[in-house]
Amino acid sequence: MATPQNRIRNFCIIAHIDHGKSTLADRILEYTGALSQREMTEQVLDKMDLERERGITIKLQAVRLFYKAADGQEYQLNLIDTPGHVDFTYEVSRSLAACEGALLVVDASQGIEAQTLANVYLALENDLEIIPVINKIDLPSAEPERVKQEIEDVIGLDTAESVLASAKTGLGIEEILEQVVTKIPPPQGDAEAPLQALIFDSHYDAYRGVIAYIRIVQGTLKPGMRIRMMATQKEFEVTEVGVFNPNMTFVDKLSTGEVGFVAASMKNVQDVRVGDTVTSAQKPAPQPLPGYRKVTPMVFCGLYPVDTVDYEDLRDALDKLRLNDASLIYEPETSEALGFGFRCGFLGLLHMEIIQERLEREYGLSLITTAPSVVYRVTTTKGEVLQVDNPANLPPINNIEQIEEPFVKATVMVPKDYVGTVMDLCQGKRGIYSNMEYMGVNRVMLTYEIPLSEIIYDFFDQLKSRTKGYASLDYEMQGYQASDLVKMDILLNGEPLDALSCIVHRERAYTRGRALAEKLRSLIPRHMFEIPVQAAIGNKIIARETVKAMRKDVLAKCYGGDISRKRKLLEKQKEGKRRMKQVGNVEIPQEAFMAVLSIEE
Amino acid sequence: MPIGLYIHVPFCLQKCRYCDFSSYPLEQGQVEHYLRGLRQEMAYYKEILTPEQKQTATIFVGGGTPTCLVSGQLTGILEQVNRFFTIIPGAEITTEANPGTVTPDSLRELRAAGFNRLSLGVQSTHRELLRLLGRIHDFEQARQAVQDARAAGFENINLDLIFGLPTQTVAHWRQSVSDILDLAPEHLSCYSLQLEEGTPLSGAVDRGQLAACPEETELAMYHIVMEMLSAAGYRHYEISNFALPGCQCRHNLLYWHNREYLGLGPAAHSHLNGVRWGNVEEIHQYVSLLHRGQRPAEEIQTLSRREQMEETVFLGLRLIEGVSLDAFQQHFGAALTEAFNKQIRDLTEKGLVELAAGHLKLTGKGLPLANQVFAEFV
Repeated sequence: MATPQNRIRNFCIIAHIDHGKSTLADRILEYTGALSQREMTEQVLDKMDLERERGITIKLQAVRLFYKAADGQEYQLNLIDTPGHVDFTYEVSRSLAACEGALLVVDASQGIEAQTLANVYLALENDLEIIPVINKIDLPSAEPERVKQEIEDVIGLDTAESVLASAKTGLGIEEILEQVVTKIPPPQGDAEAPLQALIFDSHYDAYRGVIAYIRIVQGTLKPGMRIRMMATQKEFEVTEVGVFNPNMTFVDKLSTGEVGFVAASMKNVQDVRVGDTVTSAQKPAPQPLPGYRKVTPMVFCGLYPVDTVDYEDLRDALDKLRLNDASLIYEPETSEALGFGFRCGFLGLLHMEIIQERLEREYGLSLITTAPSVVYRVTTTKGEVLQVDNPANLPPINNIEQIEEPFVKATVMVPKDYVGTVMDLCQGKRGIYSNMEYMGVNRVMLTYEIPLSEIIYDFFDQLKSRTKGYASLDYEMQGYQASDLVKMDILLNGEPLDALSCIVHRERAYTRGRALAEKLRSLIPRHMFEIPVQAAIGNKIIARETVKAMRKDVLAKCYGGDISRKRKLLEKQKEGKRRMKQVGNVEIPQEAFMAVLSIEE
Repeated sequence: MPIGLYIHVPFCLQKCRYCDFSSYPLEQGQVEHYLRGLRQEMAYYKEILTPEQKQTATIFVGGGTPTCLVSGQLTGILEQVNRFFTIIPGAEITTEANPGTVTPDSLRELRAAGFNRLSLGVQSTHRELLRLLGRIHDFEQARQAVQDARAAGFENINLDLIFGLPTQTVAHWRQSVSDILDLAPEHLSCYSLQLEEGTPLSGAVDRGQLAACPEETELAMYHIVMEMLSAAGYRHYEISNFALPGCQCRHNLLYWHNREYLGLGPAAHSHLNGVRWGNVEEIHQYVSLLHRGQRPAEEIQTLSRREQMEETVFLGLRLIEGVSLDAFQQHFGAALTEAFNKQIRDLTEKGLVELAAGHLKLTGKGLPLANQVFAEFV
């Protein structure tokens, strides 16, 4: 039974991590009967285990619900879930583009956070109707009036009709649904016009190929149609269309304004790019929907199997993950120390951690991850411009004219008592001050230009710990600037270990070199010989530490004949060795390759 | 071939701060409960073992603290063994003892009941270090206990010592060894401290309240004890054990030769017919399983031939003379040097093991790094 276009509402939820987005989505599903209470597992929309553990949404989901409103009519509501992390800003912008409205969920005790604000601006750019929801008002610390005032002051939204809600207790859910129906406009778009459908996400299904999540902007999509991806120019024949309610359900067609999925025997997720427009091959739309861009990875690292025989397995696993994740890129690389592996590009640090964890958890691989690097732009003395995403590939120092590095515009929101602390931190990370603005009485928004390489070190952790978790961060790419950068090498036992090289600012090289050598000394277990650990710039050694030789390792007690216990201890000892990477005659634990991220200067 | 019998007495007056063996606070009701269980366990094995397997050449009563039982209870255990097993003439019968829990009378009773070897947990000669370890006695009591044991007729006495303690210095240790030598024991076990997870002592080290002994100091102490004891006529026959000629601990040799033994009591371990098992640790569970006629064993593990070979090697390498190539060949019908060709080659190259006089043994360099060697064989 088709829903008339004027009774369709497409909306999403904008919220900071922990402000209750997933719980609210669950309550809405429950309230509209999309799921009985019995069927509910906690937080249905977050499908991956990892997401549930980290409490964040990584992949987008879209659910179709039916709601009988106070006016007696039944409405089709499409709730599109959005990821809540800065790594996935582009995906957020595309899912917002698929909606006419958004619920802005703000924690009644915490107030607005930087990430929320960034997403609200994205929503306003897309002309979305925004419904403020003050959540968690059941908590004793809730201050709904203060938070309302903040929303008015900072975003300029009228909060007179904002909903006071508690997703936990179910308070305010009906009110939210009523406002979705009455305030959010129905989708526009000409049902008779040539097909234009926006791809806002995709996933790979082993039987059906790539499943594209789409919003029909105009026209109609049916099985049997021949479709064309306007950016990639690839054509496919539609096998199935459907919706999530929340389980995958097939329908006869998707009409203008509707949200759903399309399957068309698409084998390669690279052909089905987020932000691209699906049109009809027979009757193509004159132009694609605006806003498409190819996402570019910002952070790179090397991934190597601990055991070299796992190389093919790692390749297969990456191939499989890429089916679901168009933003993951990788190419083979070799390291003298680590052998064969892959250079992988990610949207950000979280994205990197997620991929790494999935490889280890879902594919049972034991991996060495090298410290992440940004892409440096190197101009050689011959005038060539190189993109260097691996410090080991930096040309010799004499051949370098200049090195430029990517900068981001970082926005930090923080209670005013922490302004000094945050400024110190930003300055310490080579940040350049650009702005400070009061948001209401107590909170301040600071803007800095900071090298991305500093952000991916420990900026976020430092920010959180120095502000007791009160600060929130958002950043966007700003472009390249020249910096005085040098390559720092690490030598183990006198041999340079390419996988540990890093690019650092010249002024910080000594402190960082000392800290890194010290950290490595503590991470590398004693061997039966002494191991010098050195940091060097060019031929100059700037720091030296020594891992002393192991002198004694003997289990004295014989445990009253408990040989099994002894055996287990020996097996554990051996297993520990197996997890280490043997480079030359030195065994290096996995965490040593990431040591540069956790040094304290 | 006769087997060894190990009997675990899981009671202590007070738990030592470094110990993670199975033991419970001494409480008479519990003890009687335990003794009933022990009797039932012996009765159980009387039924299922062959007469040959009941031939016992060594008995070792360990703990816990066996001597925290009243001596009648301890000698009672030996009487039960006599009832259910065959103790062959000349058997070595040891009990462990805490110097704080023996008297001239109790020692006389134990000797009269048949115990002929006494293993005293002296651990240290320094008041401060004994306190650090949570021991209930001082060195004076240990000295007295040795004297009383001699008077009671014990001609085979072992003293346990621990080195590598937090705050312990090389000078301390030298003095301790010298004081111990004055007591002229037949046998000495010198263990380096193992910081076992979950013990108060390792907790204190983890929290930074105590500094663990540096590896270098520990190694120096090990060398000192080896030198001093060998100068005094003791033979270093196992990584941590020293004995006057003819006084090696026959029971412990069973472990190191990978022979058969039956462990009785909660948490006791056994190795019979190619199977290893451990008894349940909890006294009530132990007793109630036996009460229902069941074997109180868990973690029963049948060893493959390969596993038996591995264990024969890593246990045998604890002995200074090493693993006998002939004995290995006879037992497994395969040559040790072929079964572990690669390991032996690699370790020989590193100078950690050597083949000499028909044995595979640790070198002087390999001795303090024994675990690194053993791990290659599992």
